[in-house]
Amino acid sequence: MKLSFSVNGTPRTLDLDPRVTLLDALREHLQLTGSKKGCDHGQCGACTVIVGGRRINACLSLAMMHEGDEITTVEGLSGEGLSVLQQAFIEHDGFQCGYCTPGQLCSAQAMLDEVAEGWPSHVTEDLNAPAQLTQAELAERMSGNLCRCSCYPGINAAILQAAGTKAADPA
Amino acid sequence: MSVEMKIDGPEQAQGDQTGAQAVLGYAADRPEGGLKVTGAAPYAAEPCPANMAHGFLVRAPGLGKVRLTNLEVVQGMAGVLTVLRDDRMIRNAAQGTSEGAPVQGVDQAEYVGQPIALVVAESFEQARHAALALRVDTAGDDLVVNPQDAVAADDDIDETAQGDLESAFASSAHRIDQTYTTPSLISAAMEPHAALAEWDGDKLVLRASLQMLKYSRTEIADCVGIAPEDVRVLAPYVGGGFGSKLGICAEAVAAALAARQLGRPVRVVQHRRQVFEVNTRRSETTQRIRLCADMNGQLTGIGHQALVSNLPGEDFAEPVLQATHFAYAAPNRLLRREVLRLHRPAAGSVRAPGEAVGVTAFEIAMDELACAAGIDPVALRLRNIPRNDPESGLPFSSHRLAECLTDGSRRFGWSKRPTAPRQQREGEWWIGTGMAAAFRVNSMMEAEARVVLSAQGVRVETDMTDIGTASYAILGQIAAERLGHPLSRTEVILGDTDLPPSSGSGGSFGAASTGTAVWLACEELRRMLAGRMGCDAADLTLKDGYALCDNRRRAIADLLDGASVTGHGRVQPGEAGDKVRQATTGAHFAEVAVSDMTGEVRVRRLAGTYAAGRILNPRTARSQCHGGMTWGIGMALTEALIHDRRDGHVVNRDFEAFHLPVNADVPDLDVAFVEDRDDWLGPLRAKGLGELSICGAAAAVINAVHHACGVRVRDLPATPDRVLEGLV
Ligand code: FES
Ligand code: FES
Repeated sequence: MKLSFSVNGTPRTLDLDPRVTLLDALREHLQLTGSKKGCDHGQCGACTVIVGGRRINACLSLAMMHEGDEITTVEGLSGEGLSVLQQAFIEHDGFQCGYCTPGQLCSAQAMLDEVAEGWPSHVTEDLNAPAQLTQAELAERMSGNLCRCSCYPGINAAILQAAGTKAADPA
Repeated sequence: MSVEMKIDGPEQAQGDQTGAQAVLGYAADRPEGGLKVTGAAPYAAEPCPANMAHGFLVRAPGLGKVRLTNLEVVQGMAGVLTVLRDDRMIRNAAQGTSEGAPVQGVDQAEYVGQPIALVVAESFEQARHAALALRVDTAGDDLVVNPQDAVAADDDIDETAQGDLESAFASSAHRIDQTYTTPSLISAAMEPHAALAEWDGDKLVLRASLQMLKYSRTEIADCVGIAPEDVRVLAPYVGGGFGSKLGICAEAVAAALAARQLGRPVRVVQHRRQVFEVNTRRSETTQRIRLCADMNGQLTGIGHQALVSNLPGEDFAEPVLQATHFAYAAPNRLLRREVLRLHRPAAGSVRAPGEAVGVTAFEIAMDELACAAGIDPVALRLRNIPRNDPESGLPFSSHRLAECLTDGSRRFGWSKRPTAPRQQREGEWWIGTGMAAAFRVNSMMEAEARVVLSAQGVRVETDMTDIGTASYAILGQIAAERLGHPLSRTEVILGDTDLPPSSGSGGSFGAASTGTAVWLACEELRRMLAGRMGCDAADLTLKDGYALCDNRRRAIADLLDGASVTGHGRVQPGEAGDKVRQATTGAHFAEVAVSDMTGEVRVRRLAGTYAAGRILNPRTARSQCHGGMTWGIGMALTEALIHDRRDGHVVNRDFEAFHLPVNADVPDLDVAFVEDRDDWLGPLRAKGLGELSICGAAAAVINAVHHACGVRVRDLPATPDRVLEGLV
């Protein structure tokens, strides 16, 4: 089946088996292997990409469902140099093996936009007040992205730094 | 030429050598960080050579003789190239450093989930579809799957005894006798096991996700039936290992066989649910611990008896008692381990095999003794630190447990704690604190490395892997320091068996072993440069690309005169291991809140103070400790592989049902290192770190739960139902 969408600003057309997930379309058919496959089951977040501004698990959605969509992957997060968020991940050691990292980055990028737009989370106390990026909010909102190396302290420090909320000290 | 060293004694530490460059011991960025944050670092499953076929492993759904009932139908499905069933396929992953094939064969399922075929097709979707369509029957044997139905054979029992525990126990002032259980656990690295096999004539090139390449090269050669020289293994990036990628894994052998048969590259990636079965799990344990002490809390007896399991034919046995041998002094001791042969997925090394579960149970028992004797838990440990190894009498190479305990208590504010449990309440939450000591054996493995120095800078080459452990960073820091170059002109090439064979990553020995090999390779280059400067290597200072001695200063590039020079280093374990007991130690402190309504436990604070030799990079070292501590939270509260009682299969083989700690489960973690000058390590003076921080971390949490609400959990993990049972 034919499919057209845009990935990181580049229009792409593919002819795919309808069983191909968005994740495999990116990894196998466009060689954009930055998005990782940790479970292929929607349970780890390694495959997180941004579609139309919202973060999704690319393994949980078929490529065919994305006709005309605008997709951003980790490869699209940096411009000339690394993004502020990517740089902060390096400074705060927000990764060890690096396998969950593209998912963490895409998730964090979209999460910051969600907060800016006032989306509440499970731990938001006051649904009418503007959302704040507290430690609890951050941890809750990033809990769909597993990291078995357990870099959560570094990930959170990096996100807070990038969000300009707090200049955490690198070790 | 090569500089070689066997680690025999303290004289090899060579004083306080570092260098002038001031990069070793500093918080350098990981040099591969840019590749990892842009998605450009290639992991095993990511190269996509032309004409590559995709394989999908098929699992045995039951135990016994395997029969495929619709093989022809599946062979005819769209895109299917072959359904591979080969006697050389392996039953489960090889154990670490085994160097030979593990048990092979596909006709008999020894555990549920065993790979018994590989379906290869043109596309991943076709291979997966066909693999799921294949009907597999198993029949036959009544195999033992539950510990309570098994008895250990004499060969599977290890016992050491000193003094007379029974009478010491009977006559002691304070004593406890309790049984603890820990469930099967799993590494669950985020990158599933993956392999891409390509043959070039009779030579196999294998891209895989593995930790110890020189061993895995020999293992796969043995599995497939070729010479190790005909195999090249590549693993430049590994998405976590934690023991599960120590030995060659099922997908790699299957990929190699299929690629040979089809004459084209074949990639096989384990599905996440297969990762939970076909690699090695941490054995469940049942541990009876008896402790007795005199009026002052001086231990007079230690009994530690452990039951673990593995498949028949596996030589790995969870070394539960590894730290009990040396952790605390007591004249009367009985240590016994029995291995039951169960038809559950194979057991093997998972982060800190032995201590992760052994120290955890023991440190809960110590807390119980502290409560029974009315002694502060920190004081109890301080009182029982042995002067020498309590069994062998050997001196310790260094022993910093007391410093870890005192420094850790101070950082945590331990002295403010009420002595009795159930003293602090905030709304529905009971608040409490707990602590545990940490112990882990330290070892050195044979390792080699090559360092090339040229006008372009320094290049380190070894088949070492970086599984998240910062090998790229620290090996570069060592070479840059020793050869006086900035990190920006230092390059590290890893993960290729064409390069000198390293220790590989495992058992926390990677940094110290391969790091020492890099150090020695630099030593050869330093001697060469000293010769060209006309001075002694000991008097040579190398900094920012310049060589200095006797008030003379020359650019290293000038000394090289346009050529590149190569140093080679090799380290081997020597007599040090026979002369001293060497270990790393630490102390964990936890604060938890326990819901009186639901039994839910939240970890509010977790702190660790560790003594682990020279810290090569404090930032990446701290990250490793975060990892171990977080695994401790998982062990304490959520992680357990559940085996079906009927056939032993893993019931919860995905992340929905096997609960890793997520971001919101992990509080801010406080990590500190105390100075540990251990002279028995060679010139680098580094020890292992990646595992120490899991050893006992879970006990600190469990002990804090008891302090908070008075409930003593002895069967891990402390899920809400188990806590609630004690609360009501
Ligand atoms: S790979 Fe998509 S959530 Fe795990
Ligand atoms: S960095 Fe390894 S899983 Fe997150």
